Amino acid sequence: MTGTAAAIGAGKLDVQRVSKIFKRDGRTVRALDPVSLTISEGRLISLIGPSGCGKSTLFNIIAGLLRPTTGDVLADGKSIVARPGYVAYMLQKGLLLPWRTIIENIILAAEVRGVPKRESIARAQPLIQRYGLGGFEQHYPHELSGGMRQRTSLLRTMLYDRDVVLLDEPFGALDAQTRLLMQSWLLQIWSDFRKTILFVTHDIDEAIYLSDEIYVFTARPGRIKAHVQVALPRPRDQEAVTSTSFMDQKRQLLGLLNDEARIAERQDSLL
Amino acid sequence: MNDSDVTAVVDDDEVSERRIRRCSTVWRWALGVGIVLGWELLTRLKIVDPYYFSNPTTIVNTAYVAATQGTLYVDIGYTSAATIVGFLIGITSGALLGLSTWWSHVYGRVSEPYLVTFNAIPKLALAPILIIIFGIGFQSKVALAVALTIVPAALAAYGGVKSVDRDLETLLFSLGASRIQVFAKVVVPWAMPWIVSSLRVNIGLALAGAIVGEFIASRYGIGRMILYAGQIMDINLVWVGVVVLSILALVMYAAVMTAERYLLKGMLHGSQLSTQ
Repeated sequence: MTGTAAAIGAGKLDVQRVSKIFKRDGRTVRALDPVSLTISEGRLISLIGPSGCGKSTLFNIIAGLLRPTTGDVLADGKSIVARPGYVAYMLQKGLLLPWRTIIENIILAAEVRGVPKRESIARAQPLIQRYGLGGFEQHYPHELSGGMRQRTSLLRTMLYDRDVVLLDEPFGALDAQTRLLMQSWLLQIWSDFRKTILFVTHDIDEAIYLSDEIYVFTARPGRIKAHVQVALPRPRDQEAVTSTSFMDQKRQLLGLLNDEARIAERQDSLL
Repeated sequence: MNDSDVTAVVDDDEVSERRIRRCSTVWRWALGVGIVLGWELLTRLKIVDPYYFSNPTTIVNTAYVAATQGTLYVDIGYTSAATIVGFLIGITSGALLGLSTWWSHVYGRVSEPYLVTFNAIPKLALAPILIIIFGIGFQSKVALAVALTIVPAALAAYGGVKSVDRDLETLLFSLGASRIQVFAKVVVPWAMPWIVSSLRVNIGLALAGAIVGEFIASRYGIGRMILYAGQIMDINLVWVGVVVLSILALVMYAAVMTAERYLLKGMLHGSQLSTQ
């Protein structure tokens, strides 16, 4: 990859009829039916759906960690299937290395690429201050609150410096109050870094509040059930959550999701 | 009633903790001194036969003679050196062997039963063969210490490798890391507490290996000294050997504990072993 990779058009992602079938314990599991998405540059897009609908599978495929059974993922016209490192990916658990300090965790991506330590620390330092981790650089992950740990791994993901960022339920494990703070924080990061963000969540409010577009997934096997544009103007603040257009959007999504949640529940009880 | 008349009782963890620590320290020393004094007294009063059980003052005198007129220092140095060299070679190669299983699942699965089997073999039984191969010199003592330590170290590292958090590997791969980077940045630090926890056992095994080597054929070493003293019925000198070996074992154990703390610096923070 050359330095021009960040030129115009970068951050555009084309998921073309990607599906995934596993075989586990002799049973064939269709985790993901053919799914196509077009992600345009600089957008914040959410995927919502019942648990086990293959959203994480899709993310693993886009991240190049898993080979799809069919289909292709194109970034700026080139296939990135089975090529990890093209997108920045924050996995479900925060996943900090417990034996590394916060600063060492944040610069991990740069370290993997071979950037000198001093250089990447100098780059990370102002961001650490800006995103409320100042003074904790030399602490270990277990000494921090859940919210701060998530901020650390989010910052690490951002500093990986890819045009496309995948976030798999980054705030799932946090309490409601911390979650709200983190959502505002993510919007701030998004407008600072101007990346394309793909975001998995279970939380309808979160999806509406954060995104430009929402893809609703069906229960397993996952399929796209609906593609919804979010009409709320930006910049948004917490007030937006109480507006009527928010409520309308929420009602619409709830309707779409309820059926799927019921199907998913039945699937689970059959297992 | 005036406030200052009330006696406030504050439960202070620190104070009670300090009291327990002071009390146990006193008793520890008292017990040690008691054993030595009791030993001396019982043998002096001939309640216990001093011919077989010697006694502390005789042991000290015999040790003094052995140190000034004999080769006690050389023997201590010889045994220590064989133990330490064997220990270092054994744990390093064992740890590398165990860590290497990460590179291939097939290889890891193939080697597991062999490691377990080799661990079950009483390796001291191999001593005569090792001495035939390596001679009666220093090398055969080191070889025995290695034979005793290598498998436990390999099994410990293998256990660590097996327990590595897959998600952490995935994280590194998602950052575009190569296999060697994942190995260095995740697998080795993750397995480190496992490897380190095998060190305490292994230092004892290394010492045992060195001594058995000296028992069988050697010109130096505490093991040879004990064997020689037994043959000429110098039971006091046997006791000197036992006491010296005990002190040696304690010193090495303490050194390993210090090394442990250094090796695990930062590595146990919130990770697997600290929660156990």
